[in-house]
Amino acid sequence: MTALLSLSGVTAFYGAIQALKGVELNVNPGEIVTLIGANGAGKSTLMMTICGNPRARDGRIVYDGADITRVPTHEIMRQGIAQSPEGRRIFPRMSVYENLLMGAHGRDGGEAAETMEQVFALFPRLKERTAQRGGTLSGGEQQMLAIGRALMSRPRLLLLDEPSLGLAPLVVRQIFGAIRDLNRSTGLTVLLVEQNAFQALRLAHRGYVLVNGAITMAGAAADLLARPEIRAAYLEGGH
Amino acid sequence: MAYALQQLINGVTLGMIYGLIAVGYTMVYGIIGMINFAHGDIFMVGAFLSLIAIVGLGMLGITSVPLALIVTLLFAAGIAALYGWAVERIAYRPLRGSFRLAPLISAIGMSIVLQNFVQVSQGARVKPMPQMIPGGVTLLSSDGFAVQLSWMQIAIVITTLILLAAFTWLVTRTPLGRSMRACEQDLKMAGLLGIDTDRTISLTFVIGAALAAVAGLMFLLYYGVIDFFIGFIAGVKAFTAAVLGGIGSLPGAVLGGLAIGLIETFWSAYFSVQYKDVAAFSILVLVLIFMPTGLLGRADIEKV
Repeated sequence: MTALLSLSGVTAFYGAIQALKGVELNVNPGEIVTLIGANGAGKSTLMMTICGNPRARDGRIVYDGADITRVPTHEIMRQGIAQSPEGRRIFPRMSVYENLLMGAHGRDGGEAAETMEQVFALFPRLKERTAQRGGTLSGGEQQMLAIGRALMSRPRLLLLDEPSLGLAPLVVRQIFGAIRDLNRSTGLTVLLVEQNAFQALRLAHRGYVLVNGAITMAGAAADLLARPEIRAAYLEGGH
Repeated sequence: MAYALQQLINGVTLGMIYGLIAVGYTMVYGIIGMINFAHGDIFMVGAFLSLIAIVGLGMLGITSVPLALIVTLLFAAGIAALYGWAVERIAYRPLRGSFRLAPLISAIGMSIVLQNFVQVSQGARVKPMPQMIPGGVTLLSSDGFAVQLSWMQIAIVITTLILLAAFTWLVTRTPLGRSMRACEQDLKMAGLLGIDTDRTISLTFVIGAALAAVAGLMFLLYYGVIDFFIGFIAGVKAFTAAVLGGIGSLPGAVLGGLAIGLIETFWSAYFSVQYKDVAAFSILVLVLIFMPTGLLGRADIEKV
């Protein structure tokens, strides 16, 4: 099977600081792959580097058979990749409806309306709040909006960064359930970054562990869950 | 009473011109967080382009005033828009991601370049122009004072209101306006949603410059004299208007423009013409001290 997304030898810098040190990673079509690691390991940088902001200094990023390493961010995002970023980044002074429309930027209006109904079916809470400003939503609602906005572009690959951060366990379950359903019903491919390693590994098919900007371990999610060193570093007392 | 009404009319007219320029300051600030100090000079370039167009049309023998004004407006707005685009492309885009003061310094440089360019190419002397829209109506006269509302003033106010309404529609209802607001609220996220942020920023400069050029045309018609330096004072006043209204806020820019126009006019009428700029800039200082977010500005309190 050819990977939908593959990174080889990817490095990235913030100023003089090297955030990624030769990352190797593959995501196959229809998979949920999770990237776990401590705070500051470079997980979010990796997600942003896939989108070309910051740009990878060395290495290659291939999406759907095409090299996207040097493609401008807005063009990458029009090729079927969508990101729900760290910190959610909802447009605070736009309504929920407008936030969702932004996700369908450059798309046909009828198609956007149809996709929006699907997003509302997934997160009914959003439908109750279409006219409300993004900045006034609760954390959980903002997270739903961030994912919904990403889905509005009908992506093949969803980059999902820390969807559980700061949310109540019940809301986290709801969001993870929605991701699982999407993956099963539509075959959506997901790359999930999580600090909540236990939940992430239970949801994902495969996992990677990122330490100081480099992948140190990779394997089937169930195997990673069982490894003592993973349990010690990321699971015990962690979640 | 009649005298005050006359000042009100004059002040609103002047305020409209400031408001149109202020919109450009506030939009650019909103979207990339910098003060485009060359914006006042784009206004000046717009006034010169208008004069060139009016003289040129006169030489071509076009005698219909409305036709000449519409052609002039489109010409000045179009060419000034190109200037706005070029200024952003040359002086600001290469510095994006640089330290915060860098684009500010190159903005001041751009302002000087535009002033000197016009000074050299058009001459330093004041350019007069005969009145194109003479006459008006006398609203009322009492105590031997007649309140005049000139056709010129009506034309300025109506044109400004139409432009502001069109611009508000653009920002609130169209995909381009939504992209502009998205860039204003979170530039990085806008890029992640497939918005070409560089293009959106360019268009913001283009629209702001076109509005400033229309203000330049109005200034030329209203005062009848221009020189290469008018962009500086008008620019700083429009900037004051944008700060007074709350920088980043569109209705604030218009409101601030009206306030500055009225303050300046009433001060000139009742106190002293020589000190009218002092009055306007004292407002800037007072606002910065006591109301840094302006009349309609927002303190950035958002849920994170």
